Amino acid sequence: MKLYEVAHSRTGDKGNISNVSLIAYDPKDFEMLKEKVTPERVKEHFKGMVKGDVVRYELPNICALNFVMQAALGGGVTRSLSVDMHGKGFSSYLLDMEI
Amino acid sequence: MKSIRIGSGAGYAGDRLEPSLELIEKGNLDYISYECLAERTIAIGQQAKLKDPTKGYNGLLEHRMEKALPLCWEHKVKLITNMGSANPQAAAKKCVEIAKKHGLDGMKIACVTGDDLLPVIDKYMDTEVWETHEPLSKLPGQIVSANAYMGVEGIIKALEQGADVVITGRVSDPAIFMAPIIFEFGWDMEDWDKLGKGTMVGHLLECGGQATGGYYAEPGKKDVPGVGHLGFPIAEVREDGSFAITKVEGAGGIVTPSTLSEQIVYEIHDPENYFTPDVVANFKEVTFTETAKDYVEVTGATGKAKTETFKCSIGYKDCYIGDGEISYGGPGCLNRAKLALEILKERLELVAPGQFEEMKYDIIGCNSLYWNPDYKYNEEPSEVRVRVAGRAATKAIADLVPNEVEALYTNGPAGGCGAVKRTREIVSVASILVNRNDVKPEVEVFTV
Repeated sequence: MKLYEVAHSRTGDKGNISNVSLIAYDPKDFEMLKEKVTPERVKEHFKGMVKGDVVRYELPNICALNFVMQAALGGGVTRSLSVDMHGKGFSSYLLDMEI
Repeated sequence: MKSIRIGSGAGYAGDRLEPSLELIEKGNLDYISYECLAERTIAIGQQAKLKDPTKGYNGLLEHRMEKALPLCWEHKVKLITNMGSANPQAAAKKCVEIAKKHGLDGMKIACVTGDDLLPVIDKYMDTEVWETHEPLSKLPGQIVSANAYMGVEGIIKALEQGADVVITGRVSDPAIFMAPIIFEFGWDMEDWDKLGKGTMVGHLLECGGQATGGYYAEPGKKDVPGVGHLGFPIAEVREDGSFAITKVEGAGGIVTPSTLSEQIVYEIHDPENYFTPDVVANFKEVTFTETAKDYVEVTGATGKAKTETFKCSIGYKDCYIGDGEISYGGPGCLNRAKLALEILKERLELVAPGQFEEMKYDIIGCNSLYWNPDYKYNEEPSEVRVRVAGRAATKAIADLVPNEVEALYTNGPAGGCGAVKRTREIVSVASILVNRNDVKPEVEVFTV
């Protein structure tokens, strides 16, 4: 199963740091997401794309995780060579992860 | 209990205009705030101001104000915006001109300045830059702008002087929404929990349609009616800091706990420590409760004491980026695209050996958004687009990238089509912390 089936996501950028949320559609799935979608797995999923650490934060009342990824945007929106300078497409890529 | 209604007029510099006009007319608003500054916007505005001292503010200011000012005057809605960008004073004067033209006699238009630290930037040359972890003096290119993120103070001063319109340069995004709340309710500037709630209001409104179902739709899973005429959000804020998010009835979009959940996590890091010039807000325990259709109560935001520093964005001349694209379609298109990339790598090494600081070779349709080497993309697309970007110190070198892509028309694989090329001078942004005592907001009020 892909994360796409059970969660939704939005990406934000600040400088060279990307943050990607992961929000359970059904609160019942939140514990499962916490167990399966570890920062280590997310770092591996973004191999070659995210150069720095990945830290995970929780917003329990809204069943959301927030992955903060350092050195993720090719120097940041102002100087990135990527088509997607903001990394806004990262949210859809996270939802492609198999769990 | 006393309450006020604040609308979000824009979520970025180039946002749609009609949703804000709909809000002013039908939103029963007290205030409308337009958030129009991205990280780099002021650096670009500063360069425009250097060429022409009457410019340097948001390029859509006149377009927006021509419509918004008369409507605001008619419906008794006060307007706050950071559209002043690098030149709030010139923006305010332009608004006075527009207000005069529409006969808005007596309208008070204020500008808030003090964020521009370029004149004193030399004293920060030893300060560490966040992005590079090196002193500011080691930035590779000429500094063209330095703007501190100010808080609510200047905007509140302007409102105290009776301003109907307040135009700022760089202030924190939530400040243009929180300032009127503090002003109207006379909140203590050290009531951190209330300021945490006010910051939550600002954070949920600052991206316009992103709270009302914009940037949200996923057909079949997250359907949103009327995105083509999306309504922008309204916060109904009460004196005790409790508040709800809603929209104009009949406007497109939706306001639900789900749309707000995506927005609360947007562009934040640690939800327990959201740093702003006015407070360190805590969003971790926030709860959304839908009490009526498109009406969501927001509870649980708190805050703690602000820090002694302001963030300051430094714009500097960084480099040139040249990029070019060319498409391939039909049977075998992916193999021809791969051959095109091989040719380009050889050519650029031949014409400018070692001259590029960084390169990116993409096949749009396969790996331009996600370049994890293990990512399994579709091997049989019906068409793909080759894209190459390169960073160089001079325009002449950067130009070689798009020129070589275009030359694939007559020198590359069969069937290349639709080539485009461009080279951009890149002004980048770096961040430092400055002492808050170095930043003094100043207010000037013009009466029409």
